[in-house]
Amino acid sequence: MWRGVLVLGLGFLWVPVLLLVGFAFSADRIPFQWGGFSLHWFAALATNERLVEAAWLSLRVASGSATLATLIGGVAGFALARWGAFAGRGLFGALIGAPLVLPEVVTALAMLLLFVTLEAAIGWPAGRGALTILLAHATLGAAYVAVVVQARLAGTERVLEEAAMDLGAGPLATFRTITLPLMAPALAAGWLLAFTLSFDDLVIASFVSGPAGTTLPVLVFSALRLGLTPEINALGAVILALAGLCVALAALLLRARWLEGGGEGG
Amino acid sequence: MPPLLLEARGLRRSYGAAVALEALDLAILPGEFFALLGGSGSGKSTLLRLIAGLEAPDGGTLLLEGRDITRDPPWARPVHMMFQSYALFPHMSVAENIGYGLRRAGVAKAEQARRVAEVLALVKLEGFAARRPHQISGGQKQRVALARSLVMRPKLLLLDEPLAALDAGLREQTGFELRALQRATGAAFVMVTHDQGEALALADRVAVLEGGRLMQVGSPEAVYARPSSAFVARFLGAANIVEAACLSLAAAEPGAAAYALRPERIRLTPGGEAIGANAAIGQVREAAFRGDATLFVVALDGGGELRVMVPADDPMPAMGERVALAWDPDDLVPLAA
Amino acid sequence: MRRVLVLLPAWAWLLAFVAAPAVILLGIAFGTGAEGVPPFRWPFGPGLAWQGSFGNLATLIQDEFYRDSLWRAALLAGSTAVLTLLLGFPMAFAIARARRGWRVPLLALVLLPFWTGFLLRMGAFIGLLRDQGLVNAALLGLGLIEEPLTLLYTEGAMLAGMVHAYLPFAVLPLYATLSRLDPVLEQAAADLGATPATVFWTVTLPLALPGVVAASLLVFIPAAGEFVIPELLGPSDALPVGRVLWQEFFSNRDWPMAAALAVALLALLIVPIRLFQRAS
Repeated sequence: MWRGVLVLGLGFLWVPVLLLVGFAFSADRIPFQWGGFSLHWFAALATNERLVEAAWLSLRVASGSATLATLIGGVAGFALARWGAFAGRGLFGALIGAPLVLPEVVTALAMLLLFVTLEAAIGWPAGRGALTILLAHATLGAAYVAVVVQARLAGTERVLEEAAMDLGAGPLATFRTITLPLMAPALAAGWLLAFTLSFDDLVIASFVSGPAGTTLPVLVFSALRLGLTPEINALGAVILALAGLCVALAALLLRARWLEGGGEGG
Repeated sequence: MPPLLLEARGLRRSYGAAVALEALDLAILPGEFFALLGGSGSGKSTLLRLIAGLEAPDGGTLLLEGRDITRDPPWARPVHMMFQSYALFPHMSVAENIGYGLRRAGVAKAEQARRVAEVLALVKLEGFAARRPHQISGGQKQRVALARSLVMRPKLLLLDEPLAALDAGLREQTGFELRALQRATGAAFVMVTHDQGEALALADRVAVLEGGRLMQVGSPEAVYARPSSAFVARFLGAANIVEAACLSLAAAEPGAAAYALRPERIRLTPGGEAIGANAAIGQVREAAFRGDATLFVVALDGGGELRVMVPADDPMPAMGERVALAWDPDDLVPLAA
Repeated sequence: MRRVLVLLPAWAWLLAFVAAPAVILLGIAFGTGAEGVPPFRWPFGPGLAWQGSFGNLATLIQDEFYRDSLWRAALLAGSTAVLTLLLGFPMAFAIARARRGWRVPLLALVLLPFWTGFLLRMGAFIGLLRDQGLVNAALLGLGLIEEPLTLLYTEGAMLAGMVHAYLPFAVLPLYATLSRLDPVLEQAAADLGATPATVFWTVTLPLALPGVVAASLLVFIPAAGEFVIPELLGPSDALPVGRVLWQEFFSNRDWPMAAALAVALLALLIVPIRLFQRAS
């Protein structure tokens, strides 16, 4: 019985996605209607300048904000996992975790109001666009990175770091040779998560961007409001292919490391 | 011959290509304490799980008082099990844990309370009814698990490594308590263990399992003194396996290729010469103090080595000293190949 | 103190981009609308003179439209949480009890749609459910109906989209709890006479309760502020607070009202959020 529901649920999750991808190869003008095999809509996608521009902006914002988020969230997660009760820990933890528990619209509106207020007060950030989206996404992403890093470090033994110190490694050397390698998988996973959140986000980007900041989701959303087009199918196919590639690559990398016997304590 | 309580006929079970039990026959008598002794992978835990109904055999039958229970689900069998990890429900108190089976059987509330109290007294945990499992010690958890099975008044109680999770100091005492409870309740206990000392000390009968097969079944005295194979002899303690080809042996029952020779049966005298059969000379290589005795490993001049147990009151040889060893023909127990 | 120096940038970031926005949001909820850019006046003028108003909050409480939007948000989030649990629990349980080598791939199958673009998946639902969509085409083709059914822009379509989007959030914490649950406990219950159904109600479910609580909160909290799914799949009169906030902000340009709605939504969520923080 449990397995039946699992199959049902996986079907519910995947059938719409697979149909979306399948009909990307249909020649028909009407989406989700079969009109013979064609790659026409992929070509249309590639020549749609607004779409390519939006995708490029999304890519830059997502990689930039993910990197910032990994730096901030990595430090925060490390401090929360390893420093015990440092001064202001309660407030620090609440602030870093807040974006996790706030509905998107609340975060988005609060961020926008901050940028508007800042601009009126100190003239920065001037206008709204890629920079404001990047700052907002980095804040959201840092929350996720901090959680992932903290969980990873909580699962590894403090004793490894103590052993390093016992063998003569100073705090910095211990961090560099033991803690950082232990954190590395969590940092990579956190970066990927932050990237995805940014690349997929509509609500925050809509609020904090001006006319100059049309990211891919903002563009797709305005298109969907007017109705579905076959180009959306093609875009879905491309993104699914890229996501699948990333997962396959990650799986391969993990397996290679596992085969090398690079198993680590933890 | 009293009537059988449980009978297994040709019980088989494999996991993929790995055979866990191979056409196993076994009989358990009412009210006996039976130990299934074996190493890991011997099939002893599989056998227990088959009897409890937690797994289904690939073939064979299980009869409980003559009734076929092979296909009965675990909740319909009047056989209960004490799990190795105790499997106490963490979200229930001690009393709720013990009463769980009674509630399933629809026993009246007042009767439930009475029987829970009774069994709590039996395992000496009267003051602990309201505690949660994480609030009591390992030894107390073990007794709760035992009480939870005993309250069902099973004719057959299965115990999976009942003492393994306890501290060494608690084990002996708990073992005696187990024995006393078994006598008090009159239930048959089938205990799985990898510890031969535990099996020999507690059980009325011991079965030695290896590779999914029964190697030998009998009273602890019989199995210990008369192992039927080299495996059993080795498993039951530090017996020497001596081959007729290597030493001059004069056994009471000649003709076997190998014999078991227990270390405590060998006489050791410092210096001296080996004279004739059933004797050898060598050099002391290792010594291990065991309190009431000391175990010596003697490297024989003719090659090989023998383990010799010397009682604490006897004179002890020094390390490296040359010694003579001797034994009686009766002490050579012939082994099947 | 070296530690203080290491944490200084993080502190600065959090105070600037988390603490400050929260204070500003709260402040502007008491502000008033104004012509110009930005379209609001602070509740405190020069010299901290009070020029704000409690009008927005009063409107929120008195006006049935806004009260209703909060109620609708709670209802939408609640039904989404219940439906995802009903579907997600058996899925998580089946994965937790699958063979060792199957668990990670199955879990990946549940989580992977998360990486395929949320809006594109909603687009797929539009393609399936609209009047000329695949579902109607299939039903017509089978002769089960004679006229296309109205499936898109209904409560049903909205809930389907919500469950689709939030299902992975429910399965993950449920799996985490259920995979830690020792099957020996269930075997012990069966050994003591409990039938499979009784084992589930007396052992499995009570022990999985922390996961159930975490999963429902993890779905309820973001779902309460959801805007996109009701907008794209729901009926035009389905106006949970997320959608109303969006309208106030983008269509009416009433920023103080939008801020007040955000504060009201937070007030509604404060108990679930505290519960979630304690659970995790």
